[in-house]
Amino acid sequence: MAVVVADWLKRAADSDIWWSFKSSPLTIAATAVTLLIVALAFLSPVLAPHTPFDPATLSLSDGLRPPALLSADGDWTYPLGTDEQGRDVLSSIMYGTRLSLVVGLASVVVAMLLGITLGLVSGYFGGTIDAVIMRIADVQLTFPAILVALLIDGIVRSVISVKRHDEIALFVIVGAIGLSFWVQYARTVRGSVMVEKNKEYVQAARVIGLSPPLIMVRHVLPNVTGPVLVIATINLGLAIITEATLSFLGVGLPPTEPSLGTLIRLGNEVLQSGDWWITVFPGVTLAALVLAVNLLGDWLRDALNPKLR
Amino acid sequence: MLAFILRRLLQSIAVLLTVGLVAFALFRYVGDPINAMVGQDTSMEERETLREKLGLNDPAPIQFLVFIGNAARGKFGLSYRTSEPVGRMILERVPATLELSICAALFALLVGVPMGVYTGLYPRHWLSQLFQAVSLIGISLPTFLIGILLILIFAVWLRLLPSFGRGETVDLGWWTTNFLTWKGIQALILPSITLGLFQLTLLMRLVRSEMLEVMRTDYIKFARARGLTNRAINFGHALKNTLVPVITVAGLQLGAIIAFAIVTETVFAWPGVGQLFIQSVQFADIPVMAAYLLLIGLLFVLINLTVDLLYFAVDPRLRGQGMARPAGH
Amino acid sequence: MSFRFRHSLALTALVCAGFGAVAAEAKTFRWANAGDVSSMDPYARNETFLLTFTSNIYDPLIRRDKDLKLEPALAVKWGQVDKTTWFFDLRQGVKFSDGTPFTAADVVFSLNRANGPGSNMGGNFVSVKEIKKINDHRVEVITKYPDPLLADKWAALAMMSKAWAEKNNALNSADMTKNEENFATRNAMGTGAFMLKERRAGERTVLVPNPNWWDKPQHNLTEVIFTPVANPATRVAAIKAGDIDMMYEVPPADTESLKRDANVKVLEGPETRVVFLGFDTERPELLESNVKGKNPFKDKRVREAIHRSIDVQAIKRTVMRGQSFPTNLMVAPGINGYVKALDNRPALLKPEDAKKLLADAGYPNGFEVGMDCPNDRYVNDEKICQAAVAMLARIGIKVNLLAQTRSKYFAKILRKGDYKPGETSFYMLGWSPASTYDVHNVFEQLIQTPSNVTKKGLFNAGGYSNPEVDKLADAMEQETDKAKRDAMIAQATKLYVDDYAYIPLHQQAVVWAARKNIELVQLADNSFPLRFVTVK
Repeated sequence: MAVVVADWLKRAADSDIWWSFKSSPLTIAATAVTLLIVALAFLSPVLAPHTPFDPATLSLSDGLRPPALLSADGDWTYPLGTDEQGRDVLSSIMYGTRLSLVVGLASVVVAMLLGITLGLVSGYFGGTIDAVIMRIADVQLTFPAILVALLIDGIVRSVISVKRHDEIALFVIVGAIGLSFWVQYARTVRGSVMVEKNKEYVQAARVIGLSPPLIMVRHVLPNVTGPVLVIATINLGLAIITEATLSFLGVGLPPTEPSLGTLIRLGNEVLQSGDWWITVFPGVTLAALVLAVNLLGDWLRDALNPKLR
Repeated sequence: MLAFILRRLLQSIAVLLTVGLVAFALFRYVGDPINAMVGQDTSMEERETLREKLGLNDPAPIQFLVFIGNAARGKFGLSYRTSEPVGRMILERVPATLELSICAALFALLVGVPMGVYTGLYPRHWLSQLFQAVSLIGISLPTFLIGILLILIFAVWLRLLPSFGRGETVDLGWWTTNFLTWKGIQALILPSITLGLFQLTLLMRLVRSEMLEVMRTDYIKFARARGLTNRAINFGHALKNTLVPVITVAGLQLGAIIAFAIVTETVFAWPGVGQLFIQSVQFADIPVMAAYLLLIGLLFVLINLTVDLLYFAVDPRLRGQGMARPAGH
Repeated sequence: MSFRFRHSLALTALVCAGFGAVAAEAKTFRWANAGDVSSMDPYARNETFLLTFTSNIYDPLIRRDKDLKLEPALAVKWGQVDKTTWFFDLRQGVKFSDGTPFTAADVVFSLNRANGPGSNMGGNFVSVKEIKKINDHRVEVITKYPDPLLADKWAALAMMSKAWAEKNNALNSADMTKNEENFATRNAMGTGAFMLKERRAGERTVLVPNPNWWDKPQHNLTEVIFTPVANPATRVAAIKAGDIDMMYEVPPADTESLKRDANVKVLEGPETRVVFLGFDTERPELLESNVKGKNPFKDKRVREAIHRSIDVQAIKRTVMRGQSFPTNLMVAPGINGYVKALDNRPALLKPEDAKKLLADAGYPNGFEVGMDCPNDRYVNDEKICQAAVAMLARIGIKVNLLAQTRSKYFAKILRKGDYKPGETSFYMLGWSPASTYDVHNVFEQLIQTPSNVTKKGLFNAGGYSNPEVDKLADAMEQETDKAKRDAMIAQATKLYVDDYAYIPLHQQAVVWAARKNIELVQLADNSFPLRFVTVK
């Protein structure tokens, strides 16, 4: 077993991808930032000094404290200060980032699954099925994410009798963002499939009698993982930003359990009041996260593209 | 060719009808317009009568048929919020949105493409790395925050540009334009940058990767072997080859810009269709929302159709397969 | 307030003297609000902003002065001929801005239009039996029963031109069910201080002074440009940058920074609207709660525990940044029927005492409940609810907050057709008896038992019901003896206060900001007549 792992590690260390990773300091930095933020976010229940999502621990009398460095008594209970509700900004960021990452990852997965499936089917079968799916894509592009969010929200609420709307809100946002992003994957996959399906190996597979789903999943799909992964990394950042924007337009996650985007939206309202720390720290965190993820996406695209080696 | 166009047109109409039907089936979930239409002293009876008269109690397909019937005759009804005809409300706002969108698209093209070319040609140069990092700002911060920051810097601190609105406009028939006055042009700058920043990043990255690929093709190697100057190779051969996908994406993104101008228009109080849509969502102003969706639907259908036709004309290989289009990314 | 008021009067006088001679200089006044005026038709919506905006173009018979006292406008004299007959003697020689004379026919027409189809002002005509033109300058109104408040009710009613409405086919307000536009929606022509020059709904509305106005102008404006700017941060930036001269409704968070700005001044005062929390005390089992088989809010001890755990002073300090006026009553000072002696919030409970109250009521471990809140209706609505959630969490009540945009929120919480209860368990609402300035409106709409027989309690979303209060409220509607009526009001107020029927939170402050070179008057009812504005 150990031999297998060692062998695998050795092969990985020799691979082109590892080499290209090692030789790009920017990529290493981006990876470090991403890992740091992800670790802080997912370990927030352990690491965060406060639990901002538990309203019982909040007190308005702690509200609007400036960051520790700036406050007169240097109160390190709240290193980055507190917001109007008396929430510790640092802890809010940690918990909020976790929520944003969950929203981002989940909605990218939703979009990817939907997009890849429809793209494969569309590209492989062509004809009427293709036309129908591509027209559905057109319809999809017509609906701005905000409207999709409003509509899904309304339907979910009327279908399920809602007691815990904050939990529902998460699914609504994920569903809405996922739905508004799938078209890109579908178009990309469809394009690749149309090229691949006429190649000899696919025709050979067809001749030996493999079923279309099998051919698609086993032979066609691996050929499109590259572009799909690249879109996914870029969309991860985009999904987190979209969630923030939806929050700005009034259909975000509940402010009692704010995501990074909701924090920025709330902070945006007090940007000019002098309490800058409420906006700036979450903003910087979001920018750093999205920037790092995108740099990784860039690197991945170049590394996975055989033509560029 | 003609059959293809006809088929696509029919499909497009089906798309539009679907957009409308979906919208109407879902409108009951976006809120109740009645409360925004009456004062707090209006009795329950009057509220219910109004609801009945407006057809809000009818099943969605009937509401939809009535709407389509009227829309086909060019009547979109009156806005529940302002009691003005919806058709005119939208038409009056179209110039604002279009001018903003075009400026944003131009900004993205004129800045994004050269940056992409440069970073594609000299990927290891420090300036390229800088361009890439800076352009990422466009997708690292939410648009509304970028907008407000620009307003704070250029309007409040430097006092160089107006903080909101269209400034001065000139009426040309039913069209109002920003381009003919200095104040109008100034008012365009900040919102255009805000709206275009995202597309700029997208275009820059697209051009960069296309350039990187093209530069490694045999075609370029041969050109080099023939002893052509760098300049001729870079612009005559490489850039030309990246243009087709760039134009496609730019075209598709123009639609996206118009549809997603919502946020920028809200931040800058820009009197376009996006702002109108957000106001309408707040008041559950169903006629306006329906007409807006139809307009955006029409726009996407037209853009898609044009793009498909362009491909049809450009790439003869695709003719046999009817309609094929490379990925929009 | 009073200082500013005198100050501005003196300045106004100065400015008038100074500029009377050189009126030629351009004085453009640009101002912004979050939302647009929904229509130019003065009867389209019974809401303060539309009424105050159109009042610049259309004069009423009787208007309110800077102290909200009635003063003659188009009527010079009014009063009661007998118990059920009112008379209005009209000002002579007044012309509409298109030059046609203003007569009694216009008054009769306007009043009937305001009471007609499409108008939202019908509520002011409940007591009216007949409106008669006596001669060109006298109108009499016969009421079904003695109505001493008629003049107050009509103080906001705009007078339109009969000839203009006939010519432009605008005899009624816009009928939403017809597919055609009403001329008066976009156009306006009255006897007022200003004339409508340009109207682009949602974009800008431009007014210019009416040179033939019957009154002597106190303003010195040559042009007024109104723009809606929805995003609060943009609005604040715009006034700091000097792109607008005045902003109506400043977010509390920005009040301090605007006060620090050397070029901007801030005007503040309490608004008559009271923001409060309400319970569902009607259903046998709450819609959104983990308590099954009973409704915890039916127990007064639960309501008391919640009421006395919400620290409105803390909300004022942080969430509202000082811009609120905490109260324990459902009406604000300044409304007829406000009982000052009863406006004392009971002392806050320590969490353990509140928990004990809950335990006595049978909820030793607290419970879970859903809460509805708008996020774009009242000042900081969502943040106030959030603060309440935290305060209740400390006494073991887990509140699941649903904050949404107003059209969805109202659709959820308000009573449905046939007076069925709203779909809420615990909610926030705001109320101002703006049409009558009298407490009876609050009893009738919010506190009396909802019923489709009595037609009371339309906005009593949670169905609070107390037969004694019902009886007193009905009695005060008929009572004409002021002392007796006041006693009834005090008694009914004490009943709902002691019952913890609602949790009144505060009156929100009305905060306006203007550039330093602007003189204006902030009225307590949040109306903003341009005739008091001067530009230096």
